[in-house]
Amino acid sequence: MRDQGLLLVLALFFSLAAGLVGCIALMRRMLLAGDVISHLALPGLGLAFAFKLNPLMGGAVTLFLGTFLVWQLQKKTGLATEAAIGVIFAAALAIGAAVTPSEDLAQSLFGRLDRISPAGFLLGLAAVLFVVFSIFTLKDQLSLSIFSTDLAAATGVKIARLDLYFLLLFSLTVLVGLRFMGALLASALIIIPSATARQLTDRLSQFFFLAVVASSVSVAGGFLLNAFVFKFSTAGPTIATFAAALFSLSLIARTT
Amino acid sequence: MTKLLSVANLNVRFGNREIIHDLSFEVHEGDCIAIIGPNGAGKTVLLSALLNLIPYKGQIRWSPKARLGYVPQKIAADRQLPLSANDLLAAKARFLKLPSVELQLVSAELGLANELLSTSIGALSGGQFQKILIAFALLGRPNVLLFDEPTASLDELTEEHIYELLQTLQKEKGMTMLLVSHDLSIVYRNANMVLCLSSKGKTCMGPPKEVLTPATLEELYASPPQYYQHIHQHERERESRIPQEREK
Repeated sequence: MRDQGLLLVLALFFSLAAGLVGCIALMRRMLLAGDVISHLALPGLGLAFAFKLNPLMGGAVTLFLGTFLVWQLQKKTGLATEAAIGVIFAAALAIGAAVTPSEDLAQSLFGRLDRISPAGFLLGLAAVLFVVFSIFTLKDQLSLSIFSTDLAAATGVKIARLDLYFLLLFSLTVLVGLRFMGALLASALIIIPSATARQLTDRLSQFFFLAVVASSVSVAGGFLLNAFVFKFSTAGPTIATFAAALFSLSLIARTT
Repeated sequence: MTKLLSVANLNVRFGNREIIHDLSFEVHEGDCIAIIGPNGAGKTVLLSALLNLIPYKGQIRWSPKARLGYVPQKIAADRQLPLSANDLLAAKARFLKLPSVELQLVSAELGLANELLSTSIGALSGGQFQKILIAFALLGRPNVLLFDEPTASLDELTEEHIYELLQTLQKEKGMTMLLVSHDLSIVYRNANMVLCLSSKGKTCMGPPKEVLTPATLEELYASPPQYYQHIHQHERERESRIPQEREK
């Protein structure tokens, strides 16, 4: 019970970071590239399970390797980059599925809410707070570079460094989310709430605020719905479906 | 006059294509240098190199006194971004740690109404967008303004307004300017020096009266000679064919 409480608290903090990171990712039009990054955790999770290591450590290693790879690819544009990201995505999923022991596969793909150590809780919390703090400090540089990399660079923003920093924040958020959502759905809470918020506002501050609200409502709603109604082994799919339902509502709100 | 910029033996290449070849010039305080030339001659590329946005060979030396403001020609900005004009300007002001009155002062100078500032960038007209870009450049009190085709795609009235603004900046604030423009009347009116870039990599520089002669302009903007040759050859072939057809 204590674990469930800690996990819910961490998940709510995670939703805060996911909502903010999602807003930036949406504006940078890199939601899908981000999705690919999250799948890169899978081979690492699988190998860690196979060798009986801490799965999150394994996930972290391949996740950050993948982040670096995508950063390098991002600097080049055009069809080759698209293709490379597509290949990395498929390969990561395939290798991950192949190396993961079958009894651990579902957990790797969809996450599982069961136990958490106090150290794991504190590390997760620290990571989330670091992401939130960084997004707030980098908000202006990010806005400028999203508007125009040339103008931002002429203003003194170091673009390549900022790109890498943001990708790392994205990966860190995914890493915290792996525990609840698994490699397949970790980026769902980054992608969906920001898309929901975008439907509802054209204002930057409201956009951030609504994304965080949508994200935390999804976590709380999905978590409770799963705990008391569906009772699946993992709450990830319920949370992601809840987020998608909110997105559908936002579409209706926009058209009416 | 203090020297603000010296460029020596500047070369810029994109792959195999040499865009700027061995360009050298200087800019002094209070100068208004018009950069003219046909499309593809490297005018925007030159500004990008001066702003250190692209790799180049040679020397570009800005005096420590120079504070640059840049008004780009086109922004590939995503017009669907949830950013208002004010979000953008405030982001720059905060990033440069400018005092908070700075944004109000610039807005007042350019006559930007609060209503305009709170408009989302996607909903701005061409002229309004241009004004916001100028305001963006003026934040931080630059003393050198790099201005790329300031009035491309603007209607005449707005164009006139932007140029009045430029003249005010130049005359009242002693702003140094590098101005890319196709509009020769503007060049005559504002510039004390003209730098011409041709697509063949040839350059010339001098006061407008010396550089803007029919001869240099024709050389600068004329189509490359091989184009004429091609036409001639084509016509000759056709001419030689016509009599034969007649014979049939």
